[in-house]
Amino acid sequence: MRCVLPRLSAWLLVLPLFLFSAGTFVVPIALMLVRSVQDPEFATAFPQTAVELRRWDGQGLPGRAAMGHFIAELRTARGTERLSFAANRLNADTSGFRSLLLRTTRMLATVEEGDPAEMLARIDPRWAEPATWAAMRRAAGPFTDYFLLAALDLQRADHGALISVPADRAVFVGVFLRTLWVSGLVTLLCLLLGYPLAYLLASLPSKYANPLLILVLIPFWTSVLVRTTAWIVLLQRDGLVNTLLCQIGLIEQPLALIYNRTGVVIAMVHVLLPLMILPLYSVMKGIGRAPMLAAMSLGARPAEAFLRVYLPQSAAGVGAGCLLVFISALGYYVTPELIGGGGDQMISSFIAFFTNRTTNWGMAGALSLILLLATGLLYIAYARLSRGMRLAR
Amino acid sequence: MRMPLAAADRVLRWGLLALCVAVLGFLILPVLAVIPLSFNAGSFLTYPLAGFSARWYLDFFTSPRWLPALSNSVFIGAFATVIATVLGTAAALGLDRMGGLPRQVLSALFLMPVVVPVVVIGSSLYGLFAALGLTASYIGLILAHALLGAPFVVITVTATLSGFDRGLLRAALSLGATPIEAFRRVTLPLILPGIVSGAIFAFATSFDEIVVTLFLASPQQRTLPLQMFDGVREQISPTITAAATLLFLISMLLVGVVELLRRRTERLRIPGSTVT
Repeated sequence: MRCVLPRLSAWLLVLPLFLFSAGTFVVPIALMLVRSVQDPEFATAFPQTAVELRRWDGQGLPGRAAMGHFIAELRTARGTERLSFAANRLNADTSGFRSLLLRTTRMLATVEEGDPAEMLARIDPRWAEPATWAAMRRAAGPFTDYFLLAALDLQRADHGALISVPADRAVFVGVFLRTLWVSGLVTLLCLLLGYPLAYLLASLPSKYANPLLILVLIPFWTSVLVRTTAWIVLLQRDGLVNTLLCQIGLIEQPLALIYNRTGVVIAMVHVLLPLMILPLYSVMKGIGRAPMLAAMSLGARPAEAFLRVYLPQSAAGVGAGCLLVFISALGYYVTPELIGGGGDQMISSFIAFFTNRTTNWGMAGALSLILLLATGLLYIAYARLSRGMRLAR
Repeated sequence: MRMPLAAADRVLRWGLLALCVAVLGFLILPVLAVIPLSFNAGSFLTYPLAGFSARWYLDFFTSPRWLPALSNSVFIGAFATVIATVLGTAAALGLDRMGGLPRQVLSALFLMPVVVPVVVIGSSLYGLFAALGLTASYIGLILAHALLGAPFVVITVTATLSGFDRGLLRAALSLGATPIEAFRRVTLPLILPGIVSGAIFAFATSFDEIVVTLFLASPQQRTLPLQMFDGVREQISPTITAAATLLFLISMLLVGVVELLRRRTERLRIPGSTVT
């Protein structure tokens, strides 16, 4: 009894937060990710056709039965919202499909009854092409790799092979590369600015270091919106930075510092710099001054002692700080949204777009999955690194 | 031979110092530069100031948009903080009595909302809450903010528990206290600073939250950050600088309290125990 009781009480104490996290965190994210492989729109509007198309071997045209169901279901779906959703889904696969489907629905009343294949072909010759039916088969669900492939700018050809999407629709690889590039640049700048400051703070006696550390913590604690507002005020066309640069004669015309990538990088470095400085500082505090002094007493120049003794010892802090900044930058939303230029959005902006504007859960889920995978892998690296740091101390 | 080296050294050291001053300036000055603008008598957000005036603060406290936003933020923040603090404290106490794999897995789960990009959390919550009819509701926002705040409570309470002298608890029990009495009169007072810091972190998180709020809130639940976001996006008015200054002061107040609590815990900590 003495053994069981504390264990049971431990579980009971943990349970409420466990259930809460499950309901507000695990379940919603799982549902969103599942939606990235689900393909419900076509099957909702054309349930029988979807079943027939899934049975079809994909060679030539589907059988009479499938086409007959299709015509019957087109008639019942006419004017409904589910037809519109299905049309959107097909149009995302093959452009022009939306108008084809809606026109066919209208025209069905005008052609005379007969062989389903001939009826459809009379309305539009595209119904006699296997590619049209292959596109519908790809959308027949219930599961699809369409969204995951689309997130990588890939699609399936009619015979099932992977091909790149047309250049005018290939945006996401570019978005991912841009996100990685901006995050990498921000991380590098944070390291270049943060390392010397952390080094100085760690080498100062705490009497001086603590007040200076507060100067690092104040922006860390200040609302991201306050800081973003500050940068907009400072960097705008007639803002403080441009005015000062003009007055000291460095520039003649105000620079465009905002609503472009320059502004995003400046503001993101400002927001994320404390995340670099704090882990660096704690590692450097652990190293202390002794190794440098020892190296110099053995005849090393200060620069040499730094490069060969101090830098390698602080590598864990560099790694942890860089990963922390990079992870945060990858998913950054507010600052790029407010300061960034049009057409220069990062991945999180697209997730928000597909959620709020177009309610395209498949794409939102697929992009989230990729972002989560990247974040998760980097976080595991960070956790290992910081555990190593703790053990080493 | 020795002299030029020492000179190069000095240059290096002064260079380092200058760079550090510049970096500190970069960190702190932008935030401070906004404050004088909020007292500007003119309506342009540029220096030099056109004179001193409190008109933008007057505008903030009389406008039909800013004040309701402030009260929404306080309302949502307060409820989210209560939920996060109760659930987070209980979980930290439970984790403290566990070991091995269950503890690792559960800690990782509880801390995950901090690591996962907020856009993903916001988007997925929108999906679930839309199905449950919880979008554009106070309850939905409170639950979402509690989720984001709870990890901080777990972290701070776990940290105070790690420096907690279990001998005190055993002493209380051996002197005849019931477990509940021992918890109330020994454990609770000792971990209270951790609970309060965690609660402040949770409140600050909610008070500052914008991304999830963008997904879930309707105009009725407009919070202060949301009002600022829209203001910055549409037409940046000097009232925003007044709001920014007020938000800045509130966060400074919260850090001050957390710092005081940290010092108090530090004093009560048993010597030799480690802070994690």
